[in-house]
Amino acid sequence: MSRGTLYDKVWDRHRVTTLPSGQDQLFIGLHLIHEVTSPQAFGMLEERGLEVARPDLTHATVDHIVPTEDQSRPYRDAAAEEMMSALESNVGERPIDFDHPETGRQGIVHVIGPEQGLTQPGKTIVCGDSHTCTHGAFGAVAFGIGTSQIRDVLATQCLALEKKKVRQIRVTGELGEGVTAKDVILAVIRDLGTDGGVGYVYEYAGPVVESLSMEGRMSICNMSVEAGARTGYVNPDETTFEWLRETDQFADDPERFAELREYWASIRSDDDAEYDDVYELDGSALEPMVTWGTTPGQGVGIGDPIPDPADLPESKAEVARRAQEHMHVSPGETMQGYPVDVAFLGSCTNARLSDLRDAARVVEGREVHPDVRAMVVPGSQRVKRAAEAEGLDEVFRAAGFEWRGAGCSMCLGMNEDQLVGDEVCASSSNRNFVGRQGSPEGRTILMSPAMVAAAAVTGEVTDVRELPEVAVA
Amino acid sequence: MSGAERVTRVEGTGVPVRGDDIDTDQIIPARFLKVITFDGIGEFAFFDQRYTEDDEEKDHPFNEERFRDASILVVNSNFGCGSSREHAPQALMRWGIDCVVGESFAEIFAGNCLALGIPTLTADAESIDALQDFVDANPDATITVDVADERVSYGETTVEASVDDTQHSALVEGKWDTTALMAANDDRIAATAASLPYLDG
Repeated sequence: MSRGTLYDKVWDRHRVTTLPSGQDQLFIGLHLIHEVTSPQAFGMLEERGLEVARPDLTHATVDHIVPTEDQSRPYRDAAAEEMMSALESNVGERPIDFDHPETGRQGIVHVIGPEQGLTQPGKTIVCGDSHTCTHGAFGAVAFGIGTSQIRDVLATQCLALEKKKVRQIRVTGELGEGVTAKDVILAVIRDLGTDGGVGYVYEYAGPVVESLSMEGRMSICNMSVEAGARTGYVNPDETTFEWLRETDQFADDPERFAELREYWASIRSDDDAEYDDVYELDGSALEPMVTWGTTPGQGVGIGDPIPDPADLPESKAEVARRAQEHMHVSPGETMQGYPVDVAFLGSCTNARLSDLRDAARVVEGREVHPDVRAMVVPGSQRVKRAAEAEGLDEVFRAAGFEWRGAGCSMCLGMNEDQLVGDEVCASSSNRNFVGRQGSPEGRTILMSPAMVAAAAVTGEVTDVRELPEVAVA
Repeated sequence: MSGAERVTRVEGTGVPVRGDDIDTDQIIPARFLKVITFDGIGEFAFFDQRYTEDDEEKDHPFNEERFRDASILVVNSNFGCGSSREHAPQALMRWGIDCVVGESFAEIFAGNCLALGIPTLTADAESIDALQDFVDANPDATITVDVADERVSYGETTVEASVDDTQHSALVEGKWDTTALMAANDDRIAATAASLPYLDG
């Protein structure tokens, strides 16, 4: 078993006791809730006559169902309106902070936690959403839970869990021009498999990870769950502390910041920590990645051929065959030139300010291809305002992108933003599962924000590094 | 509320759903999540695999009359990957599934099943293939899943199937409903909270 890792240290500090089942009872430092997975849990609490134990450690937002176009109430979609009202009433009865759209802080739950400084190193963080692992970028132990577990956390501020093994993923070298954090995690999942992380948490380390911004680290940690790992994290360092210093929690309280910084530094993995496994990836060898199939593990470098299912292990071959049929691709081809109908820049993986900047740099001075419907859905209302302050909205609008309100949007198609028929979407999101974007025939290609921008303007999957420079007046 | 019911054994007929990496978006598509209770979501299990866009039935075991009363789902590897939505096991449970046997499961999915008292047992690929073939050929035959002794029996065959240790004791001892169990430790919860540097009162 691992010893001396951040995961071990945070686990030990939050372990309340061992339950008769052998599971550990773990105290939860922050419980994030949203409208889709919490109403049933509040219902379960009421059935049992229980109260929310720690409303002060519970924080709500709305993200999955909010329309990103017309946000006036009542929502046009009656089911969405009902979910919003249920959250308002569940939260409204209790002293729970709620980033309602009127607060100007609303956004995707994994964007708002970090931007407000609620996400901190050495915290245990849970949410009824599998991408809660995003918060691991700060050195938190953070993971998604189901609705019955939300009930447990609401009622006791604890979860019954078993400890996992720790695999360190060391990314060495340095990333080339046009290669980003998104490409790193798509390569990790390609190499280790969508079930490679089952039984593990992933610690991302090495020079590439250390040199990434917090946004890049979040993109990597965000997709840990797509690798089968329960969560992933990066040890907190100066980059982490600098991010936190400017957040709502600490901007006006440098003393509190200094106090907690000691704790944050103390929970870093020890230099001689022991891991259950170590995997090394050469970051210098990476190209921009795109998926060719229907799981996030079915990815290739932009210049690489799509694999022949016959060359894959028997267990992967059938899934690959079905995926290639769904995507209408053939072994030996590359994804370059694959026509695209929709470009979606959004989601908890890649809808932060730096992602919008990356994409805007590619878009500036260009126009969206006439056959492409392109949209930008900022991760939060703050991201949206910050982007507008820099004029990014104008860059996108001038090129022909729709500039939308904050939410999960077309990542999973729970609002009106959905693929139609067998449309192909170049997406900065995290999942290319069949039906994921709202149409059972829809086809999703995962890629980085800059690559989405490149696909939007050329109308096909394009190596962003090969787009000629555009002189911008 | 006291402890939960003990789950030591599940008996019933089986239904095979073949394929690796069957994600929770396939088990229940996101558009069916726009509900504030789990009631009635059973009919949407595997919806897009079962119906065309024009609501015509496609080939899927959940559409076949011979599997309609099945309670034991037999799957392949990495079943339930993707979204953490408990709607997925809730939909399966409400369709009639009491137990899932497969090669491997995504962790959040297995955890969600445990919270509902649904055992998830794993066996090697060969045993699973054989069991799927058996169920396909014998939709009326009783399968016995012995959770306590970690075995699955059908026809003349018995195979080893493992249940992860904590799931095993939680189910067999009836300790899978964790709310009351954990609430009973309120003094220790308070002590743990008090020891955390980031919580100051």
